[in-house]
Amino acid sequence: MYTVADLKKGLKITLDGDPYLVVAFDFVKPGKGQALYRTKMRNMINGTLLDRTYRSGETFDPADLEERQMEYLYKEGTHYTFMDQANYEQVVMEEETLGDAKNFLLENLKVDVMLFGEKGIGVSLPNFVNLRVTETEQWAKGDTSGNDTKPATVETGYVLRVPPFIEEGELIVIDTRNGEYSTRVKG
Amino acid sequence: MNSDVLWLRAHVVRAIRNFFWDRGFLEVETPLLIPANAPEEYIDPLAALPWQLQTSPELCMKRLLCRGHKRLFQISHCWRADERGFRHLSEFTMLEWYRADSDYNALMADCEELLQHVATACLAEAPFYRHQSCRIDPFESWVIISVQEAFWRFSNTNVWECLKKGIYEEILTEMIEPALAGFSAPVLMTDYPAELAALSRLKPGQTELAERFELYLGGLELANGFSELNDPLEQRRRFENANRLRIGVGRGALPLPERFLEELGSLPPSAGIAMGVDRLVMLAAGADTIDEVVAFTPEQL
Repeated sequence: MYTVADLKKGLKITLDGDPYLVVAFDFVKPGKGQALYRTKMRNMINGTLLDRTYRSGETFDPADLEERQMEYLYKEGTHYTFMDQANYEQVVMEEETLGDAKNFLLENLKVDVMLFGEKGIGVSLPNFVNLRVTETEQWAKGDTSGNDTKPATVETGYVLRVPPFIEEGELIVIDTRNGEYSTRVKG
Repeated sequence: MNSDVLWLRAHVVRAIRNFFWDRGFLEVETPLLIPANAPEEYIDPLAALPWQLQTSPELCMKRLLCRGHKRLFQISHCWRADERGFRHLSEFTMLEWYRADSDYNALMADCEELLQHVATACLAEAPFYRHQSCRIDPFESWVIISVQEAFWRFSNTNVWECLKKGIYEEILTEMIEPALAGFSAPVLMTDYPAELAALSRLKPGQTELAERFELYLGGLELANGFSELNDPLEQRRRFENANRLRIGVGRGALPLPERFLEELGSLPPSAGIAMGVDRLVMLAAGADTIDEVVAFTPEQL
């Protein structure tokens, strides 16, 4: 149990059944009056921001959060299934919850799943993933501009810009933090 | 924290000292470790067993007035438990001054002269700044507005209604203080509801009001002053009431300052005021946070 005295940036609490991250906090106390604790919090599931003002004496439940390494298994419709290799427990997450991470999920990829109680609320990916190009246009020989990029689709269905020399079937490295092409896998 | 701010802070403190010395005020040092503070509903002293650190030097300074001193000032550290924010430190520096044979009107005049003196002595351009952009000029004519009027004008509410509904602090911090930030001159907000009197005298003939004021610069609360209550029975009643309210919200009762209550009957009509020195330096430096104007914050220790 937290009290208002524990409030600070970065604290994670449970509010109305959802986990929230305190992103801004200020203590105000007008002339001999009661102290107010102004917070701005981000819902860790849907990202919405919330302003709340608390008074001393109020308490909060900590958010029961845990990060566990799991393996991505498969997708069914908009449901993505992950499994903890240690105890074979499975967690299913909605496409919406995964956000951009869904673009880089290839079967058997190991990711860190953020759990709120039993519920998966997000994944952290490795910074770089290798994905195979499944579709891209041929590089027109003789095009020497060198700076151009072209669209390419990778095996997860994600489309990104790649250099013109990348061919179908090649394995490329993608930076998951910005979703951009990084390099091609040699050999 | 850069050394320029420490220099500015030192200049501000020296200017304060010069101001009061030049006006015949006696600079005093009273004990920081005391057996009892004035019990207040929302101020928690820090325990230094078996006593407490002072939350304000007011009790000892008023006892000096009882002994016949007429004009006193002190710059001292005060402690208030669990107060930490952009404008709060649990340990902070307070300037207090007291005048016998005066009321709060004399203190308001002092405030005006003091801020003009500090600005002239320490600031190249003379105005103060709340954040980099909000300029407050102590040489412009000061705004005086009653609490009741401020609530009407800036929030369309009745201050007594707000007190009754328990939303006084919210309205004050969400609507009134931001509106006060719109004035380019210092603002004196005067005549607080008697419920918020604490140690101040009620207004003769208008006992629903206390002769208390607060000084705001750019919406930042800088000082709290009032005509002193010198009726020991009434003061004891208010302390006991504060303790009752404290017990009601689980904060626990505080010991009563018995010596102070014994001597209060000999206090001449007086007025006293507390001004936050750290906040004055914030305004002089145009600093956004109190952290920027102290040598060390608690987190850096």
